[in-house]
Amino acid sequence: MNWSEFFAMKGYGLYVWGSYGVGLLVLVIEIILVRHRRKVVLHQLRLLGDVGNEDQK
Amino acid sequence: MAINWFKYSAPSSFYGLAGKLIPWFAWPAAILFFVGMYIGFFVAPTDAVQSEAYRIIFIHVPASILSMIVYLVMAAYAALGLIFNTRLSSMMATALAPTGALLAFISLWTGALWGKPMWGAWWVWDARLTSELILLFLYLGFIALQASIEDPRRADRAGALLAIVGSVNVPIIYFSVQWWNTLHQGSSIKLSGTSMHIAMQQAMFTMLAALWLYVIAVALLRVRSIILERERNTQWVAELAEVKQ
Repeated sequence: MNWSEFFAMKGYGLYVWGSYGVGLLVLVIEIILVRHRRKVVLHQLRLLGDVGNEDQK
Repeated sequence: MAINWFKYSAPSSFYGLAGKLIPWFAWPAAILFFVGMYIGFFVAPTDAVQSEAYRIIFIHVPASILSMIVYLVMAAYAALGLIFNTRLSSMMATALAPTGALLAFISLWTGALWGKPMWGAWWVWDARLTSELILLFLYLGFIALQASIEDPRRADRAGALLAIVGSVNVPIIYFSVQWWNTLHQGSSIKLSGTSMHIAMQQAMFTMLAALWLYVIAVALLRVRSIILERERNTQWVAELAEVKQ
């Protein structure tokens, strides 16, 4: 079996790779969004901390 | 020896624990994913009836099973939060909802791509497909309802009611292929035995384990952000090393 045969999936390539491609893409996007959310909240918390320190001066 | 089981029900202590646990779920998930894909594409034989198209099963079935399990876990956490007024349980429910919605989406998407070559249609309004679509809408409804309510505790309670009522849909999805005459095939794996080749089963269960571990890792990662967002005015958050730097 060669690679082009493998990717052709006996004519079902579009369906098989369309399933795995989109499935994986969705999970990768989720990971990026979840990590971004953490970055954003940490950034906001640091700003909040800076404002708090300013108040004390 | 007395163990304080409730120690980690406090968001402040669970935040640290979750951070330590994430790599223990994320790395095995990645490894099992590659093992599952290898078995699924290089070890499992071609199907006699469905040729190579059946290989969609290794993502379709795990995503579908987990879309139902995650819903039940989410509803259970939401119910715990409602009954015992534990904030962390409600936060876990909120953290699981987006991942559950994505799993339901993957289930429907891969199902459509499998249905087209096998049934000749991307979509049919049969009981299995329709109830899974309702599951996706329940997840989206839960997320939208919580997002529309400003007070987090009120959002928790409203979401919990929706999640609990909606959980009646899960057994409907599961038994739909037995209760109604559906186009969707019945389970290949049964308690009485299975009609699947051993390598096909290995690939499916390995992918199921990989996706299950992924769900736990990503939910823990998300709940850590939710904890920080909701506890932002507390002393312990202000004193975290990642906040102070």
